[in-house]
Amino acid sequence: MKRKISLFLVILLMTSAFLFGCGTSEPESEETGGEEEVIKIGVFEPFTGANAAGGALEKEGIELAHELYPEVLGKQVEVVYVDNKSDKVEAANAARNLVDKEQVAVVLGSWGSSFSMAAGPIYQEAQVPAIGTSCTNPLVTLGNEYYFRVCFIDSFQGVVMANYAYNEAGAEKIAIIQEISNDYSVALSQIFQNEFIELTGDENAIVSVSNYNTGDQDFTAQLTSIKELGADAIFAPGNFTESALLMKQAKELGIDIPFLGADTWETPEVIDIGGDAVEGAVFSTFFDSAVPLTDETTVFLDAYKAKYGEDKEPAAVTALAYDAYILALDAIERAGSTEGPAIRDALAATENFPGAAGIVTLDENGDAVKSAIIKTIENGEFTYKSTVEPF
Amino acid sequence: MSLNIFMQQLVNAASLGSLYALLAIGYTMVYGILRLINFAHGDIFMLSTYIAFYAMTSFLLPWYISFAIAIILTILFGILLERGAYRPLRNSPRISIMISAIAASFLIENLAIVIFGGRPKAFPSVPAFSKIISISGVSTSSISVIIPIVTFIVLILLGYIVNQTKMGMAMRAVSKDYEAARLMGINVNTVISFTFGIGSGLAAIGGVMWGLKYPQLIPLMGLMPGLKCFIAAVVGGIGDIKGAVIGGFILGFGEIMIVAVSAFLPYDLSGYRDAFAFVLLIAILLLKPSGIMGKSSVEKV
Repeated sequence: MKRKISLFLVILLMTSAFLFGCGTSEPESEETGGEEEVIKIGVFEPFTGANAAGGALEKEGIELAHELYPEVLGKQVEVVYVDNKSDKVEAANAARNLVDKEQVAVVLGSWGSSFSMAAGPIYQEAQVPAIGTSCTNPLVTLGNEYYFRVCFIDSFQGVVMANYAYNEAGAEKIAIIQEISNDYSVALSQIFQNEFIELTGDENAIVSVSNYNTGDQDFTAQLTSIKELGADAIFAPGNFTESALLMKQAKELGIDIPFLGADTWETPEVIDIGGDAVEGAVFSTFFDSAVPLTDETTVFLDAYKAKYGEDKEPAAVTALAYDAYILALDAIERAGSTEGPAIRDALAATENFPGAAGIVTLDENGDAVKSAIIKTIENGEFTYKSTVEPF
Repeated sequence: MSLNIFMQQLVNAASLGSLYALLAIGYTMVYGILRLINFAHGDIFMLSTYIAFYAMTSFLLPWYISFAIAIILTILFGILLERGAYRPLRNSPRISIMISAIAASFLIENLAIVIFGGRPKAFPSVPAFSKIISISGVSTSSISVIIPIVTFIVLILLGYIVNQTKMGMAMRAVSKDYEAARLMGINVNTVISFTFGIGSGLAAIGGVMWGLKYPQLIPLMGLMPGLKCFIAAVVGGIGDIKGAVIGGFILGFGEIMIVAVSAFLPYDLSGYRDAFAFVLLIAILLLKPSGIMGKSSVEKV
């Protein structure tokens, strides 16, 4: 038996050596096929796995932008999509693929800060500028001079939601359920906690913090523990599928206090899966078509409705992905080249760039300073509630 | 922990444990007969929920017909899988058939991503199962109560099949001694197909109820439950049906209670919920490798 296993391992090693051998020889043959004719823009999104809906919404925006603006510097733009599979390890592989094999000029994405954070160092090392679409964790761009983003960050979003909870919802006590394996969720919940404790002046204003893992489907135990703690609301930032199940199970357990969340909730799946249980949930997001922000918003909305139908409303992240694409083109135009460092410098100098989801001015970290929109779910639809300006 | 909360957690744990038990039986039965860990079992479970989903949403069939179709098709699929991926390798070294099982699992998962799409789907809600029942502060959806009842009925039926019928006797004979059973005139192929059919049928019953309780379908949804139920089967003593049920319930209760108890601890353990299954596996392998119900057997080398 032992001999057979070792034989198997030897065969495995040999075949893998063969496979890797093929892998390294590939880019060389690729380089000879004159790549100067097109400018490649890489799109790095979760198209499968737990966050697939987010990736799909952002792809809509990028496709739309690519149809409207197919050229830069007189060359055709080719959009290369890679799937980071909603997985941090796969995210690094996908990023390598874009940088080494596809040799893209700029990368757009991703939905989900964890994946952007896993890929960030790869882009930095290869000097390929990346523009985040809706990754809001502060650490995505912090200390990485090649990562930028067109959305606000969680240190703003968390404060917005804490203020909403205290001032508008009138909550004194909050229970938190966070997705412990998700950088986005953990950071957001931490910022929320700090701000909420400061607002109420009560050290015990957060009655409990419980955790779940990405991909979990049963939250009954966490919710039952919260049931008798006397919280006025539950703040549960996290992925949309888990959040929808969470709210559904809360209702089944007889918990009828409001749920507060953040930008990831604005996907159709939340309403499909959550049904009645998500009614009244409140979350912050980036954009609402009811409040057009710039001329580009009108261009975007018209094109979106022409392509996807009059009665379909674009999600905020679709507008952000659209913005990331047009900002990339603008930066390439301003840089006048497809060299990474030149585009990076152009991006860093972005000021008052009119995007569909608002004016983009990038601060010293490469983050957009923007207003937040608060929305709620009413009658099975995302409904605009209010706008919060940046402080 | 107040009594109410405790009762609520018990209800939560009973329904989760039942689902794990149903899935764990499939692992244990196949192992008992073939000494094979059917790694594709979790994916068969996933397929059953998708079949029920499409029967209800695309073909607009009523739920009871959809569920019956899902169970029947899943049984057929389980039998086909054995025919295609395991039977040709039955006389090969055990490692080959195990690799074949892993390959089958990846194949089904990736086909599911291509065919069903990567975006999650919402399992349609059936009013009869989504009613909210509330008894003196303990509140739950009716499906959470139905799951343990259905599991209980299925277990009685299974006990009858294995212990009272001729086919059950043949199954027990094959699991004791494969060669001797064949010499005694038992059609081993039929017995194995039957075992895969039952295992897949139980996975389908579990899958449909899983869909009703956790109405979110993704192609990789079978991965984690599959892994955990395999652990449940090992903990209970792989090859033993009662053991699988016990293992499933231990896992369900353990997972719920680790979260319930952590509300009272200074350090929050709820994030380690998934780790519970794996810690349990390590502990049982160290303390009693044959599992709770397993008889220790001397392996002849």
